[in-house]
Amino acid sequence: MAEQTTISRRDFIKVSSAAGAGLVIGFYLPAKNRLLAAGIESQKSFEPNVWIAINTDNSVTLTVGRSEMGQGVRTSLPMIIADEMDLDWSQVQVSQAPAHPDRYGSQSTGSSRSVRTLWTPLRKAGATAREMLLEAASRQWMVNKSECYTENGAVIHSKSERKLAYGDLTTSAAKLPVPPKVSLKSAEEFTIIGKNIPRTDTPQKVDGTATFAMDIEIPGMVHATVVRCPIFGGKLKSFDSRKAMQIDGVLDVFEIEEGLAVVAESTWNSFEGRKAVDIIWDEGATGDLDSSKIDEMLISRSKKKGAVGRKAGNAKRALSESAKIIDAVYEAPFQAHATMEPMCCVADVRNDMCKIWAPTQLPQRAQKDAAKITGLPIEKVELNVTFLGGGFGRRSFNDFVSDAVEISKRITKPVKLLWAREDDMQHDYYRPVSRHILKGGLNEHGDVTALTHRVVAPSIIFSSYVTFPVPFREKLDKVALEGAKNVAYNIPNILVDYKMANTAIPVGWWRSVYDSQNAFATECFIDELATAAEKDPFEFRLELLSNSPRDAGVLHLAAEESGWNTKPPIGRYRGISCHASFGSYVAQVAEVSVENDDLRVHRVVCAIDCGQVVNPSIVKAQMESGIVYGLSATLKGEITIERGRVAQSNFHDFPLLRIDETPEIEVYLVNSSEPPTGVGEPGLPPIAPAVANAVFAASGKRIRRLPIRMGDLPGA
Amino acid sequence: MPRFILTVNGKEQSVSVAPDTPLLWVLRDDLGLTGTKYSCGRGLCGTCTIHLDGEPTRSCMTTIEYAEDQEITTIEGLSQDGLHPVQKAWIAEDVPQCGYCQSGQIMTAAALLRENSMPTDSDIDVAMKMNLCRCGTYQRIRKAIHRAAEEMRRG
Repeated sequence: MAEQTTISRRDFIKVSSAAGAGLVIGFYLPAKNRLLAAGIESQKSFEPNVWIAINTDNSVTLTVGRSEMGQGVRTSLPMIIADEMDLDWSQVQVSQAPAHPDRYGSQSTGSSRSVRTLWTPLRKAGATAREMLLEAASRQWMVNKSECYTENGAVIHSKSERKLAYGDLTTSAAKLPVPPKVSLKSAEEFTIIGKNIPRTDTPQKVDGTATFAMDIEIPGMVHATVVRCPIFGGKLKSFDSRKAMQIDGVLDVFEIEEGLAVVAESTWNSFEGRKAVDIIWDEGATGDLDSSKIDEMLISRSKKKGAVGRKAGNAKRALSESAKIIDAVYEAPFQAHATMEPMCCVADVRNDMCKIWAPTQLPQRAQKDAAKITGLPIEKVELNVTFLGGGFGRRSFNDFVSDAVEISKRITKPVKLLWAREDDMQHDYYRPVSRHILKGGLNEHGDVTALTHRVVAPSIIFSSYVTFPVPFREKLDKVALEGAKNVAYNIPNILVDYKMANTAIPVGWWRSVYDSQNAFATECFIDELATAAEKDPFEFRLELLSNSPRDAGVLHLAAEESGWNTKPPIGRYRGISCHASFGSYVAQVAEVSVENDDLRVHRVVCAIDCGQVVNPSIVKAQMESGIVYGLSATLKGEITIERGRVAQSNFHDFPLLRIDETPEIEVYLVNSSEPPTGVGEPGLPPIAPAVANAVFAASGKRIRRLPIRMGDLPGA
Repeated sequence: MPRFILTVNGKEQSVSVAPDTPLLWVLRDDLGLTGTKYSCGRGLCGTCTIHLDGEPTRSCMTTIEYAEDQEITTIEGLSQDGLHPVQKAWIAEDVPQCGYCQSGQIMTAAALLRENSMPTDSDIDVAMKMNLCRCGTYQRIRKAIHRAAEEMRRG
């Protein structure tokens, strides 16, 4: 999948918010530097650009402009700068950038794009700093720059072996002009990139000192929680807070934009108060919506032609001329993000300023929203990005930040807002429900001649961003076809279309987004075609990938490491899948057993080609993470709708995968010096089809609906 | 409001709250011990796990009244320097991702290792299966527990 031709969902946000443009400009405008040079400002540290500050004590502060939600950006991004700067890693201190409209470029964290989009800019930033330090040292020694080199945070003069630590060069380097051009290292010269550098955030995450938004404490702060209308599209009719106000510690109950706020002296008081408010909701038009009606709507929409997202050859004719036609319908449900940390935010709105601590994936948008709510100019809104207790796309929506700002403004006090788990689960932006209609044609030799795939699903863009200008042709949401239209298989006639099926249920970016459902449908269906062609599922795919070396590469690697051509242990069966997303190529082999109604996934072998690996341990962790997240959606919970509401409320009815259900996961990385591509999401899409295909190998039964239920298994 | 005397991490603390207040909120909101996190509020996920007289306990489901006469240990008090063998093993295996559930995971693992110095994989499953991790760090948790057990046996 060529990155540049893919319109990713968050590119859309970038275009809309116009924040992306700042990056390159911000980089090479070292305003402070010029002020220093002009003697207007005196400063001891050397800050060649917004990412780097070299301090006189020889420590180096590297700033991270993306949100840390577990994916490791507070380690991988500084590693990229540090390598080009030739720093000693022990010098490095990491600081989190607050929101700023353009200083750090786009701060939107998602689309598995932190490393892939910052790879070159951060390397240039590091190389620029290094070049200036080199220049400063050579001037001080009055030697030719070519006689000097950098190593472990110091400049060394080869002949005389003189050495100057970067920290000793801050004043002189700050006076130098920024070089217009710098050369970057070749992959063989990397000293930090490619190493298993331990994550910088681990020590604080094991002793309880890591600060999440929920842990912020400011003087005079009160606590709040919200009650949102349980029916999507409904609204508040009336409420009676008399009982709630009698509870000790409850301070106030009032209406906000999205429901009610309960303000109290402690979190627990606010939760108790929340339960005691009597509320009458106006159910609106959605009060009788349920999952079966949504399914019926999807079925009826699926019968109509969709907007074409990919067309090659003439699939309709090729199907009619096929020796064998296979067809199947696949279904995937709504899914909740269920981050372990429920939505929360601290806000302190004053007359002339506003401070916010938010676990957000979209800090610039949150800052903008807060400016609008408070009426303050944007430079008076300070938004600090805390650690995120999981993101997975949920925190690209800032509804919880707006809540906190609105409440603090109203009560003129700092407030810590925390949603109860139940509100978090019932007021998410869900992974869209989807229905997939597939047809495939084979000729008499078992070659695939045609493939059609109609994706029927709500559009995230057209239903959750209605206020945004929409850059797509009407009704064709290309994002909804990610992972469906870009199948790498060499099939002469392909038709992929999209039928929009919006509902009142809010939908959003759920880890790997539509790739999760589209890969499930496509990769299971390819398996069906292999069976119809009487070919081995691995060999069958490999043949179809003759023009796609990187897809074929990971497929081959996963097959080999899993022992695909050897017999699995008795009672175990293997399924294979491969899928490219967010620029990376991933293949997985799942080994399962099916006994009566007990399906167990014992082992998953995963191969990824994400170009140059920045930190192997983090890439492997992201594969493990994507697989476990994907297994929850394959084997465990789903979100269903009853009477316009989400039927699930907590982990008893929306179960997540547990340690005893977690397979042994082996991850193999393709050695590559191609530019790095995504890792946060690409590990997820292949797991559902790999497991479903393994169930078929075990039982001869096709799984066409997620999550896999006992009734789907042969023993039931 | 009744007053309760608690022993938290070896120190006596006094708080005035309603008797049915969950220990979790007393720790976080009254005593400023924010290493213990809230996630489900119903004893379903293990995120808020602390030790009561050494036993792993869900602080979101434990009332202050019940906790009063027991030794309470939180992640802040698990070790003097943040380097309990379990914490060291967590660092060595690079376990945490978002990190939000990890205090609870570590408290549960530390309690397991006090009872069982050589846990098998299935012992780990039994002890840890009520602790959810949405980032899916389970495999590294398993490795880290084996590593910590080995270190503790070596003394």
